Amino acid sequence: MSTLVEYRPYYLKSFRLARKFLRINWLFVIVTCAVAGIGYAALYSAAGGHGEPYAIPQFIRFAAALIMMIMIAMIDIRIIAKCAWPLYAIGLLLLVAVWKFGHVGLGARRWLDIGGLHVQPSEFMKLFLILALAHWFQRASYERVGNPVFLIAPVLAILCPAALILKEPNLGTAVITMTVGGAMLLGAGVRWWKFAIVMLLVAIAAPFAYHHLHGYQKQRILTFLHPGRDPLGAGYNIIQSKIALGSGGMWGQGFLHGTQNQLNFLPEKQTDFVFTIIAEEFGFAGSMVLMGLLFSMVAMAFYTALRCGHQFGRLAAIGIGTNLFLYCFVNLAMVMGLIPVGGVPLPLVSYGGSALTAVMLGFGVLMSVQVHRDVEFAAGDD
Amino acid sequence: MRGRNRLRSIVSRRGLLLGTAQGAAFGALGLQLYRMQVLDHRPYGALATENSISERVIAPERGIITDRFGTVLAGNRRYWRALFMAVQARDPVKVVERFAHIIPLSEGERSRIDRDLRDKRRFVPILLKDDLDWPATACIEVNAPDLPGVFIDAGFVRVYPLAERSAHVIGYVDRPTMREVAHDRVLALPGVRIGRSGVERANNEALQGVPGIVQTEVNVHGSVVRELDRSHSKHGATVQATLDAQLQVMAANSLGENVGAAVMLEAKGDVLLMASSPGFDPALFDNGVPAEIWSEWLQDPRRPLTNRATGGLYAPGSAFKPNVALAALDCGAITVETQFLCPGYLKLGDHVFYCWQHSGHGKVNVISALQQSCDVFFYYTALATGIDRIARMGRKLGLIGVLDIGIPNTALGFLPTRAWSRKRRLIWTKGDTVVQGIGQGYTQVTPLGLATMTIRIATGRAIRPQLTRAVGQTLYHEGGDANWPDLGLDDRHLAAVRQGMIEVVNTPLGTAYASRLNVPGLQMAGKTGTAQVHGLTAGEEKANYNDASLPLAFRPNAFFIAFAPTDVPRYAAAIVVEHGNEGAACAAPIARDLITAALSREAEMPSAPAGTIA
Repeated sequence: MSTLVEYRPYYLKSFRLARKFLRINWLFVIVTCAVAGIGYAALYSAAGGHGEPYAIPQFIRFAAALIMMIMIAMIDIRIIAKCAWPLYAIGLLLLVAVWKFGHVGLGARRWLDIGGLHVQPSEFMKLFLILALAHWFQRASYERVGNPVFLIAPVLAILCPAALILKEPNLGTAVITMTVGGAMLLGAGVRWWKFAIVMLLVAIAAPFAYHHLHGYQKQRILTFLHPGRDPLGAGYNIIQSKIALGSGGMWGQGFLHGTQNQLNFLPEKQTDFVFTIIAEEFGFAGSMVLMGLLFSMVAMAFYTALRCGHQFGRLAAIGIGTNLFLYCFVNLAMVMGLIPVGGVPLPLVSYGGSALTAVMLGFGVLMSVQVHRDVEFAAGDD
Repeated sequence: MRGRNRLRSIVSRRGLLLGTAQGAAFGALGLQLYRMQVLDHRPYGALATENSISERVIAPERGIITDRFGTVLAGNRRYWRALFMAVQARDPVKVVERFAHIIPLSEGERSRIDRDLRDKRRFVPILLKDDLDWPATACIEVNAPDLPGVFIDAGFVRVYPLAERSAHVIGYVDRPTMREVAHDRVLALPGVRIGRSGVERANNEALQGVPGIVQTEVNVHGSVVRELDRSHSKHGATVQATLDAQLQVMAANSLGENVGAAVMLEAKGDVLLMASSPGFDPALFDNGVPAEIWSEWLQDPRRPLTNRATGGLYAPGSAFKPNVALAALDCGAITVETQFLCPGYLKLGDHVFYCWQHSGHGKVNVISALQQSCDVFFYYTALATGIDRIARMGRKLGLIGVLDIGIPNTALGFLPTRAWSRKRRLIWTKGDTVVQGIGQGYTQVTPLGLATMTIRIATGRAIRPQLTRAVGQTLYHEGGDANWPDLGLDDRHLAAVRQGMIEVVNTPLGTAYASRLNVPGLQMAGKTGTAQVHGLTAGEEKANYNDASLPLAFRPNAFFIAFAPTDVPRYAAAIVVEHGNEGAACAAPIARDLITAALSREAEMPSAPAGTIA
């Protein structure tokens, strides 16, 4: 049963701004700010106790992104739903642009220069994919979801961007994109046995795919399997980050006193390995606080999904929550040496603009779902 | 509608499932983290401490450079300086303030300290004041309680006793660049320097030494509790250069204000002296060259930073003729007996090539042509030999090609070949070959190349110049000149060229008769060279300009190559004086004086270090 029974025209149903504002999940916003605050401390420490060059620019970006998030939360979810496919098309075009004339950095073509800003379209593409898929399944019935023909379009919608991201090459983000897409299909009610077949196919194809990986990607997988193989080369990151985690202990070495961090043993510590700083300086206790905060955000996203009255919002929230979860999981598992290293930042904590903006955009949509949880999609609204 | 409602509940179920799975994944990560951070705390913690210990490295003292007799050419002077570790002070700015009260700091030093305080990590010591004297050091020690984090560091500064007179060959040291530091962390230690040129660069690794390690017990906040162990740093090895400091000074002095270079080789290949003028003060590089001096060096048209002995490229003029003669004899273009008539010019098409002596030399053979430096003879010879053979002989004699003595920016020299001219799409005329015969045109050689050619002609062996005699207790390239492979040239050809060079110096008709040796029983052989750098214009020709009346930059370069004694050659020298006008008048006396000094030094030091390390 839907929560709103009586039908009213759209214009009567839109809320006044103040009421919308109060409907935002403020706990979620506070937790977001708390995580960003921990990130600020970590970046401050990464620069050896200085605001420049990481912490202050990142803080300014976060403040701007927070305002943007609140503004997006005010936009009617039905308008966002209408924009889903156009946004998806734009994202796809940007990925093609990256492929054609992107900016090459660290051996990969991931960035696009737009008005002096380095933009990484693959980060935004994930959000656009989530919206597009949510829109596709918005009005689907149980029978329709069971129809394989109905699933051709969403599967293609997942594979196109994933292939382009893989080509950049950015294995980590490509895998996350596909996993988010898969999770959304699962959430939308696609039958289990279809997933089982895909899993089987992947398992068969994996050895062949390994053959086509780039040298550095193979290197990472091999290094992950035997970190001691090349302790000063590719294994260096993993070993040093493990040392940093271990030296933290229960309560940590104290703020600005992490040996590994302050002595500069950790490369890229302000981006992908930022968690090691927190783990070393604040110990297991500090790590658990951060992980707890991050998980509570994922949980709140799912809570929003379950409370939402319309299919679009539910699926979008599930997608956004899963995306946040995958970011955190891949990054943390990578830092702990559980999975091969692959350029995935820790959301809200790592230094960098594109990932932060994309994540906050997603939160904006999530809050919009929260605010507009009981609107009714009119028959012609999609 | 039923389908949609059924789907709704499925979506809710699946959402719950996904959320639970993700929560479980987070839990698993948390467990793993607990294992790594709490249960495995000690092993990783120990590893981390190890890392911080190995950071505390003591810089080794750089090895010294001596000449072949043990005279120090590059040494270290002890000095003290104040360093500051910001992490140990509660208020670093205040400590710096108090320090400035005790030891006056200049404006530039203050701004550098402020910058370091801001940019460097608080663990890394920053420099407060360099080059303290002992009273200032004592003053800081006395005030130590007021200056937490400030400590005195005894270091070394590089000194070069011969200063600018050996600057090019000994080289200089400089601070490592950021990129080098990223490559080798030892270089990040204050006081570590890298050899940038000359012997300092060639033997940098041996001179650098091995850093020592102090193991300290560090508490949880990174401050030192006590010293556990100390493995002393190993000083850099003493590098003995093949140079003779006394001859080096003499060469630099005799070049004086002239722009030029002098190289002298021993028959073993040892470089006895290598001077380039003007010089520069190499000690300035140790702490960074002051900007105004640096720009002065860069703007000086005489280019003081260039090592002319290895990097200066010149057309050697007539000093090139022994090479042409050997190339011609070797390929059979001429024989020892071949004579050409020199009427004072050679007419080729509608162009006339003059001999330097317009009245002509009459009938000359290879020996008398070398003796009197007859140009026409070598015009004919070059035409008969061809530039490819001349270039090949130049390579064989070491005039061009790789002479690996470890000094950076050693020029290879260049002699034109037919293949090269084709590649450059030049139309090679006979006239181009003609000027090649007297070492003009495209010919480009270094003084070191000239000296190598001379010692090879003198000994008939493929001797390579060496600059390092010994590193630590290891002697390099032991043995005499007999160890070098034979050049494979006909002895009669070599004898004829040597005879020509002997007659240059020791017969009244020779071009350098005025510079013959004044040592009883010993003779020197040589060859003059005067290379025009400016073609006289028709107007100047008419006004009967002579070279000495031209502006300095248009005057010819003067060359002299020499070897001695003539019976068993032991020394070879090459002198270049830029715009010195005439090889015989300007360069030859320098060579004579240097060779006289080398010969008399033999008598002074009969036990000249044959196989010992001084």
